[in-house]
Amino acid sequence: MVSVKAKKLAPTDGMLSRHAAAPSASGWADAARASARARLSTVGAPQRRDEYWSFTNPTGFVSNEPAVSTPLAADEAASFADADALVLTFVDGVFDPAQSGDLAGEGLEIQTLADALSTDIHWAKDVFGVLEEAGQNPVPRELTMLNTAVATEGFVLRATQVVARPVRFNYVQTSATSDAVMRNLVKVDAGASLTILESGTIAARCNTVFEIDIADDGALHHVRTQGRDHDRQVFTAMFARLGARSTYKSFTLAMNGVLTRNEQVVEFTGDDAAAHVAGTCMGEGDFHNDDTVFVTHDAVNCESRQVFKKVLKSGATGVFQGKILVKKGAQKTDGYQISQGLLLDDEVNFLAKPELEIYADDVICSHGSTSGGLDETGLFYLLSRGVPRAAAQNMLVIAFMDEAVQEIADEAIADDVRGRIAGWLDRHSAG
Amino acid sequence: MMLDIKNLHVKLEEEDKVILKGVNLTVEAGKVHAIMGPNGSGKSTLSYVLAGRDGYEVTDGSASLSGADILDMEPEERASEGLFLAFQYPVEIPGVGNMTFLRTAVNAQRKARGEEELTAGEFLKVVREKAKSLKIDADMLKRPVNVGFSGGEKKRNEILQMAMLEPKMCILDETDSGLDVDAMKLVSEGVNALRDEGRAFLVITHYQRLLDHIKPDVVHIMANGRIVKTGGPELALEVEQNGYADILAEVA
Repeated sequence: MVSVKAKKLAPTDGMLSRHAAAPSASGWADAARASARARLSTVGAPQRRDEYWSFTNPTGFVSNEPAVSTPLAADEAASFADADALVLTFVDGVFDPAQSGDLAGEGLEIQTLADALSTDIHWAKDVFGVLEEAGQNPVPRELTMLNTAVATEGFVLRATQVVARPVRFNYVQTSATSDAVMRNLVKVDAGASLTILESGTIAARCNTVFEIDIADDGALHHVRTQGRDHDRQVFTAMFARLGARSTYKSFTLAMNGVLTRNEQVVEFTGDDAAAHVAGTCMGEGDFHNDDTVFVTHDAVNCESRQVFKKVLKSGATGVFQGKILVKKGAQKTDGYQISQGLLLDDEVNFLAKPELEIYADDVICSHGSTSGGLDETGLFYLLSRGVPRAAAQNMLVIAFMDEAVQEIADEAIADDVRGRIAGWLDRHSAG
Repeated sequence: MMLDIKNLHVKLEEEDKVILKGVNLTVEAGKVHAIMGPNGSGKSTLSYVLAGRDGYEVTDGSASLSGADILDMEPEERASEGLFLAFQYPVEIPGVGNMTFLRTAVNAQRKARGEEELTAGEFLKVVREKAKSLKIDADMLKRPVNVGFSGGEKKRNEILQMAMLEPKMCILDETDSGLDVDAMKLVSEGVNALRDEGRAFLVITHYQRLLDHIKPDVVHIMANGRIVKTGGPELALEVEQNGYADILAEVA
């Protein structure tokens, strides 16, 4: 924490004052909240000169000024609306039971965070703020501390067996100045599995954190589309702790957005587990999209995969910071990471910081990062068949993004994502 | 004349390397011409230049299709004019279904020619019928373009595209490369089924064996950027028996 001592702390009052202090309830969360508040005051607010924020300006997340983003007219159905799912609707980041399904499901225990606070849920104590705090090393993640300190919206979910019906967080934004903080706790019991879907823009500005604890042989699948409102500011973090032989798969599609930072903090604590985090985004003009991923291998024979593909046009910026840390003793680790920027013109930026840090000697780790234009051979192939240039270019953008989309296990869900991508391209291919 | 190439000179755009040094070639409608030649003779470059690939500069000469100058056209215009190039290495396009791609291509060409576009139903009927004769199953049609296809499947898919697009002038670039005997037979049958009074073929190959299946009317030998010898099918057999050295020594 040397760097923390050396820097002048940025005040945290602004971002704290935007949110009411969380009420003291049963008390099981109080200690975690107090701790987060104290930790936040020690590290200060994130600022541009922090190495962790060197590619993305956190000012919008820190400011006490309201963020303004006028919601787009709802001209298409929500993603995954066709999937048979337990729908949890949030309006401007506030749960709306009237537009949601019954809080029940086979093999599923589910409560709002607010209700859970008045109940003694023994496992939640071991997760809430715990995974977040464990994820603060080696770099502080200040916005996640803020989330622990003030979040009152969100869900506490536990899969006790294979849950067939996905849970879909359905976000609806109505207020142009909505400012949401959401916290979800997820526990997947041994041998159980759960699919979580998220769709839509949460708010003009949001800070969403998931803490996910997957027991041995458990599986969590997570797929989200983050809306396409231009002025929204999105911060999300997923903290996942994986037991032996467990699976964690997370995929994100982001379209447009002036400021998006999606963090993934994954830790293998049991052997033979697998984690795949993937995402693709597309943006034109005032677009900034940052994926920051940290995978820690602290067990034997685990596989991790990071696949991120960013399509950038006319001034857009894509950022990828991805790290694979292989601790001493984490032998037989198979770590893979690829990040690619598709630069559709000369006015865009793709900034990538791939990192490997390996302390075991019997591992396979590889990473790659590329940036470039459309594949010329592919373009010639399509044109030579008579496909018009604009359509050919769109097909090649789809081809580029599809390598990330293919990381989604469920074909119907993947096809829904493909439909969103095609829709975006249709709207943006005029130029 | 279907294809008429006169004194075609081509260099690489990025470097001072001349590849074609005065190619003269005419292909009549209804005929199959073959171009053979050693590696580096300029065979594939000729096919790319005719189809309109970037990276080449025509410094002299002309090429026309049914009388229309094609060298100033975009690749997609040449396609609508009836030119088709079967690639040596067909490109994989993940995320784009084979059917979607084919239908987009067929209808774009029809539209460019002022013809009525095919409805989804009409297209499906035709594509199923043509796929069947090439032993392309429903799964291959649904899959993304060329993704996960074997070498033989990719070449069959090229021929399916050709069958759907019904071009006037078909150029086959090393279509036999990477094919086993059975696949070569299937591909050749597909090509032969398309032979027609109004359609011409230019078959580019390094080896004679493809020409056992697709019988040419005329065989050209290309070397060092020029057509150096032209003859009947017997010329291909001569290459098969004696290699290129004798012929090249003879014309040197």
